[in-house]
Amino acid sequence: MTPLLAQELVDWSWVASHLDDVQSRTAEHLVLTVVPLVVGFAIAFPLALAARRWEPLYGPMLAFSGVLFTIPSLALFALMIPVTGLSRLTALIPLTMYTLLLLVRNTVEGLRGVPTDVREAALAMGYSRRRLLREVELPLALPVIVAGLRITAVTTIGLVTVTALIGQGGFGQFFLDGFIRRFSTPIMVGLVLSVALAVVFDLGLLAVQWAMTPWQRGR
Amino acid sequence: MISFERVTKRFPGGTVAVDDLTLDVPEGEVVVLVGPSGCGKTTTMRMVNRMTEPTSGTITVDGRDVMAQDPATLRRRVGYVIQQVGLFPHRTIAQNVATVPQLLGWDDRRTTARVRELMELVGLPEGVADRYPHQLSGGQRQRVGVARALAADPPVMLMDEPFGAVDPIVRGRLQEEFLRLQREVRKTIIFVTHDIDEAILMGDRIAIFSQGGVLEQYAAPRELLADPANDFVIEFLGSERGLKRLALIKVSEVHAEPGPVVNPNAGRTVARDVALAFGTDYVVVVDDGRLRGWVSLHEIDDGQTVADAPLRRFALQVSAEDSLRAALNAMITSRTGVTVRVSSGDRYQGILTQDVIAKEIM
Repeated sequence: MTPLLAQELVDWSWVASHLDDVQSRTAEHLVLTVVPLVVGFAIAFPLALAARRWEPLYGPMLAFSGVLFTIPSLALFALMIPVTGLSRLTALIPLTMYTLLLLVRNTVEGLRGVPTDVREAALAMGYSRRRLLREVELPLALPVIVAGLRITAVTTIGLVTVTALIGQGGFGQFFLDGFIRRFSTPIMVGLVLSVALAVVFDLGLLAVQWAMTPWQRGR
Repeated sequence: MISFERVTKRFPGGTVAVDDLTLDVPEGEVVVLVGPSGCGKTTTMRMVNRMTEPTSGTITVDGRDVMAQDPATLRRRVGYVIQQVGLFPHRTIAQNVATVPQLLGWDDRRTTARVRELMELVGLPEGVADRYPHQLSGGQRQRVGVARALAADPPVMLMDEPFGAVDPIVRGRLQEEFLRLQREVRKTIIFVTHDIDEAILMGDRIAIFSQGGVLEQYAAPRELLADPANDFVIEFLGSERGLKRLALIKVSEVHAEPGPVVNPNAGRTVARDVALAFGTDYVVVVDDGRLRGWVSLHEIDDGQTVADAPLRRFALQVSAEDSLRAALNAMITSRTGVTVRVSSGDRYQGILTQDVIAKEIM
């Protein structure tokens, strides 16, 4: 057996002949990243609002999502299999659970960071609570919320590489291929794509934030 | 316009912030609530637009009980200015000023026109309309706060230490402009401050509170200074109560004496008789109604006229609109010990003596 790194690091002919694979692994990885992010935010957002409204909820909420965050991903996937089989849900549900801690915390902290005098002035001028949230609190909390989304996105992209072990594809599939065949090219391809995807998400979200917060430019 | 009837505010935990307060704020007047911290002045103000709700008693604005109105609707008709201003950092100055018109659903054209009008009214250059609050100076931000509160032309304004966060020079200017503005817009205003001098300057009436939300006295500034109700009020007004009072009385309100007036052609005997009649050792030289100065009797030689003696000028003069405090200052800096009152073009109107001042302070 040849040692893993004895050959050339990247065999370009392999890359050229596996472009189809690259495409489908990327699509799988994207779905496994975007769905947990979107669903996670859809769950975290109302939770964060509830925590703002009823402060005593916030502590237990953080504790619970913190415990979820500490469960090793492979263990969680394994625990899901009896329930959901080897389906995509088996990957999506744990991935979504992992997003909650960061998303809830950053949304609550973002809303908390809105200056008291601004909130006070808005209410005193006749804003309803709902309008205050939509037109004042959310725009001002946006940078902190987006920061939460960015770190969650990057974390999730890393976690998704594990889901190949339960047959859900993604860039992790390249790692498995490489390890099994002692062939470094797929590993390098998966690594580069994974990092590239993380950078794209991070910069993309940063661009969205830039576009949505014109008052912060040139500060 | 705004009336408190037996209003009490007790916070959870039992602290009484406002204790059985009855107070009327007349339409178009500035009522200043003043007192040490913890006296309930801010709480009192905040109950008017239900930012705080009373424990008992009734507050009416324009005859309508505030507790019977929808808070948001009520608040859109009550201007609100606070020390920290509370501008929206994510909105431009124009958008900040347009806040309440936007909540009321005004159309764009009307809002834009109103915003422009207000920015001019409060003295903001047109160029700042598209800037963000953090790009403005503290004084400018305060002006934006006032413009925003005035936007929908509310009949009532609540102002909580609106000039507290700016330096003394800017504060003085903002106070002056505020008074000019108020003469124009005639709002019914509740103004909260801890600074008695600001209260005296700004208020048509002053309500002095002590700890625990007790109203100690409610009166016009002059009345307050002339006739403080108790020791607390005396102490709060401070040691220069007499001077503060003089600052509020105008020269036109007191009697000016004709004074020892001669014309430049008068001889020494005439001058001496005039001076004697007024008990002075100098005469005031007036030529055809115009003030020239004064001449010491000792410096008029035998056989000469007043015009031949060295003429001295009054360094400081006062006119009808000046305060008695300015008159007193002129008095103590003049060797004659009196102050001359003139109208425009140095037309002589008489002299003010220390007796006049003393009578006002007593």
